[in-house]
Amino acid sequence: MSTTQQSVVSIEGVTKTFPHGNVTALQDIDLKLEPGEFVSLIGPSGCGKSTLLRVIGDLIQPTTGTVTVNGKPAHKARVDHDYGIVFQDAVLFDWRTVARNIALPLEMLGWDRERRNARVAEMMELVELKGFGDHHPWQLSGGMQQRASIARALAFEPALLLMDEPFGALDEMTRERLNLELLSIWERLASTVVFVTHSISEAVFLSTRVVVMSPRPGRIAGVVEIDLPSPRGVETREAPRFFELVTEVRELLRKRGEHLFPEEEPL
Amino acid sequence: MRAAARAGAVALVVLVLVGLWELYRWIWTSAGWTWPFVVDATSMPHVWTILKAFGQPTQVNQPALGTLLFHKALFTMKESAVGFAIGAVVGFTLGCLLVHSRLLQRGFLPYLVASQTIPILAIAPMVVVWVNPKLPPSLQGWGAVAVIASYLTFFPVLINTLRGLQSADARALELMRTYAAGRWSVLWKVRVPASLPFVFAALKLAATASVVGAIIGELPSGLQSGLGGAIINFNQYYSLEPQELWATNIVAALVGIIFFVIVVAAEKAIVRRPPETAR
Repeated sequence: MSTTQQSVVSIEGVTKTFPHGNVTALQDIDLKLEPGEFVSLIGPSGCGKSTLLRVIGDLIQPTTGTVTVNGKPAHKARVDHDYGIVFQDAVLFDWRTVARNIALPLEMLGWDRERRNARVAEMMELVELKGFGDHHPWQLSGGMQQRASIARALAFEPALLLMDEPFGALDEMTRERLNLELLSIWERLASTVVFVTHSISEAVFLSTRVVVMSPRPGRIAGVVEIDLPSPRGVETREAPRFFELVTEVRELLRKRGEHLFPEEEPL
Repeated sequence: MRAAARAGAVALVVLVLVGLWELYRWIWTSAGWTWPFVVDATSMPHVWTILKAFGQPTQVNQPALGTLLFHKALFTMKESAVGFAIGAVVGFTLGCLLVHSRLLQRGFLPYLVASQTIPILAIAPMVVVWVNPKLPPSLQGWGAVAVIASYLTFFPVLINTLRGLQSADARALELMRTYAAGRWSVLWKVRVPASLPFVFAALKLAATASVVGAIIGELPSGLQSGLGGAIINFNQYYSLEPQELWATNIVAALVGIIFFVIVVAAEKAIVRRPPETAR
């Protein structure tokens, strides 16, 4: 990584304790994300990966430490609309059409109708939802809803995309297809992505770096550089190097997590 | 086709009710049963006697009862429509204010609840005395009744608006936080749309309550132009002409149903929900 360019996300010494039950959700987290990186946060439940994502997004304030996004404090970055977010559920508003859901952040930014419509049309093409603009969310499949949610997050071209287990609720086939689509979108837009997941293969397939976290207290157990060639496709998942990296991540998870959660969900 | 089927179903229900009424009458009169009350032309007039009464004048040189009740119903509808509107606006606005402050909720809600435990008949005379002198001539009389009707309607709207505004999805609110959205945007773009199913449930209650409120409000106001006045009047002659009170009751019920149907139609036009949670 070159040090001359400014990091998109810079986390220094972040600790987060929740007063109720005295839980240390995050302890001494240091992490830097360079422009164009795709970083996955992976770990068992309770390792603080979603908390860390929310700290980056200024939805949760860290107890100690600093977070900067695009060189400014996280709070300023949120107010400036520096990131888009995708949750596990699409969180589309039933009372809005798909097109108007995607337009929501643009309305918040005060764009006029013409500009909004043009951008929404572009985004719907990007996520392959063309022709579904006038549908209501409940008329879409789970995968299509999540694509609309991604379009909404990217509509205002944020430098950073935060994704909290975005495909966790989808079936395996839809998930793999959306993984491919997300990669092609990411390559085209050259944005930086923080991706929370508990699927090892998904993390390895998508990322340039995988950050493995361990629970109680939530810490970074290790970082695995993913040197799989780009562009990645269906054959990537069958390459020997893919399996080596999956094993490496799994070993890190096992080493740190096993004694605490022997029966942890299969990863 | 579906509208025709629905109209058929409504007609069928009406016919069944008429049939049950007449069947009950027939059994009780022919068996001579006196429990729970003696069935005769006064306690339960024939359905056709009631229907015929609509076509007959109540006094010589007067229009037919049907015409009379039609005009009285229009008057009462005016009162209840205005009362409904005032109650809905006040209830909704209070809900939007109170949702932003637990402190305000704790401070105000007990009094708002208490306001509903006082019988409307006890409030009505005071409202008439307070409100009437301040009204322009065109609103004299019925304006105060509208205020009384609104007293019955604001409460369900307030309670359900509050509940509905609080029902907004936590993740939707989190999404709005990522946009650094202000209270106003959150209210209009998330909370209010999420509250609409609740608000409309309350508006359905309020629609019928406003008619009851208007009719009761007419009593202490001494107004003769509405259904409330007609009910008082026909009450006095019930032993002689029971069918006139029954006819008035039917009209009052029709007014309530019309209001209810209007709210249902408005809900269908406005609220967008997935079909499985609709209706």
